[in-house]
Amino acid sequence: MKKLVFVILSLLVLGFTNPTPVSILEKVDKNMSSINRIMEASMTINGKRATKTITSKTWSEGMKKSFTEYLSPATEKGTKMLKLDGQLWIYSPSTDRIIEISGNMLRQSVMGSDLSYEDMMDDRKMTDLYSEKLLKTDTINGTKTWLIQLTAKVTDIAYYTQKMWVDTAKCVPLKQELYGKSGQLLKKIEYKNVKYVQGRWFPYTFVYKDMLKDSKGTEFKITSILFDQTIPAATFTKASLKQ
Amino acid sequence: MIALKLAFRNLFGAGLRTWLNVSVLSFAFVVIVLYNGILDGWNKQAYNDTQEWAVGNGQLWHSAYDPYDPYCLQDAHATISDKLSTLIKAKQITPVLITQAAIFPQGRLQNILLKGIDPDQNIVKIPSAALKTSDSTITAVIGKRTAMSARLKKGDNILMRWRDKNGTFDAKEILIIDIFSANVPSIDNGQIWISLANLQKMTGMTNEATLFITSKQYSGADIENWKFKGLSFLMKDIDEVMKSKKGSSTIIYGLLLAIALLAIFDTQVLSVFKRQKEIGTYIALGMTRRSVINIFTIEGSAHSILAIILGSIYGIPLLAFLQTHGLPMPKNMDSYGLSIADKIIPVYSMGLIMSTILLVVISSTIVSYFPTRKISKMKPTDALKGKIQ
Repeated sequence: MKKLVFVILSLLVLGFTNPTPVSILEKVDKNMSSINRIMEASMTINGKRATKTITSKTWSEGMKKSFTEYLSPATEKGTKMLKLDGQLWIYSPSTDRIIEISGNMLRQSVMGSDLSYEDMMDDRKMTDLYSEKLLKTDTINGTKTWLIQLTAKVTDIAYYTQKMWVDTAKCVPLKQELYGKSGQLLKKIEYKNVKYVQGRWFPYTFVYKDMLKDSKGTEFKITSILFDQTIPAATFTKASLKQ
Repeated sequence: MIALKLAFRNLFGAGLRTWLNVSVLSFAFVVIVLYNGILDGWNKQAYNDTQEWAVGNGQLWHSAYDPYDPYCLQDAHATISDKLSTLIKAKQITPVLITQAAIFPQGRLQNILLKGIDPDQNIVKIPSAALKTSDSTITAVIGKRTAMSARLKKGDNILMRWRDKNGTFDAKEILIIDIFSANVPSIDNGQIWISLANLQKMTGMTNEATLFITSKQYSGADIENWKFKGLSFLMKDIDEVMKSKKGSSTIIYGLLLAIALLAIFDTQVLSVFKRQKEIGTYIALGMTRRSVINIFTIEGSAHSILAIILGSIYGIPLLAFLQTHGLPMPKNMDSYGLSIADKIIPVYSMGLIMSTILLVVISSTIVSYFPTRKISKMKPTDALKGKIQ
């Protein structure tokens, strides 16, 4: 009897202290999603033989509109990329030409890194994509987290299931594991350097690691980010590629 | 007849000079037959192997399918209709579903084309029967080139990642159940073959296909959204390679032939110069200039007849030996994407031999004729005296 009372009390305590997984995800979405963003970042690709760093500036609106200008290295400087729905155009300054690339390229790796264009640009709300289940509380590098299991509720999604460790205090993910349909671990993402910006917590460093590949992963470091700005409509046009 | 007799008598009389000319021309003759025989043999082997292993008697392609654009595969698939199912049952066509995937040999990513084929098909020689399994293991057959590039062997397990029709990732280990050796790189390089049912299940493309390989029984018509591609279209690459090879080979044997013809030309010029008294005598005896030109032209072109006879004496055993034993090819020749066997068996058709004989005879007659035109301008009296004209 004593044991039963203890179990009931424990459950009640857990119920009061842990918010529902939906509310956690809503808070995560509030921090991670935005109407639009302007971001300057560097991406360091740690290959087997060499390491290369690419810096870029991106203007994006949700999943459908994105404009990126590469700032370095010298070989990539001035290259611009425009994505509108399923269409993708690339402008190369060396040839001064705009080339349309198959939209299916969006599923490919970004410049040999561990992340694809869709990984980088998927800004949809987690609550719209996944049904959630709170597994337990956990600790990552001394920070208390909720471990949530996410299972896709829509079909057009790259990863069927995910495990997400969410900082209990800041409500941002600190770690994510992405799984295939059959349960194979495919990718790991670590979020670091969480900063308070424009009324939200946001991680400034993402480390992507393809778990099937023997690589050291790709580090994506944000140098500056602005949310919900007024981006001129002309930014997302082909004319802006040559400017 | 007199001209022919005189021509051969003069030729044999010239001794070593004649035999040197004849030897060079006979060598050119044998090389032309051999080189073209090798190309024809390669062409025939490439045609047969490509048909047997890859294209059957033609293919029915989904309207969005383009073999040179792997990104089209996301859209290039459709449901197999009842009409197509009837043809599959009648063994007239067999479906193939294609998608992009990646394998991770030794921890490195290698993009591949994942192809699903019916294990019961017998239209192409891909060992699909090995893909029949009773358990849930995904079994695969690969070609020797893929096995070599991914360092895989029979019985190995390899992790493979793919996306379903909605773009959702999945990954699983597959078992390499067989490695086939085919001379056709288009069904081997960077490709993994699994059972059609498995691939349809993995991608959620139930009862769908990207293309159909047809057998000889199939009429060759378009069906609904599927366009028929005949052998002339599917073999276009091989035809173009052969055309370019024949072009480059023409230069090689053209040069060889030119050397031999130059020697005949030279001999003819010398004959007309040195044998002026003889020419004068012929004319004095009542021969027309035309007849004398004929004698000298026949004498020059008789080199080619002797060359063909000499070439046959040593060429027939040599060419027959190569036809029996084949000509070994360097090991990595097929890594260039061409369908090529370990050994090429030359094919010497009657057309090839006759056309080469005609080429040698006509070209040597032409080069023999030009120097003799000088005879028509000779004064018989001066010629009889041996005066240089």
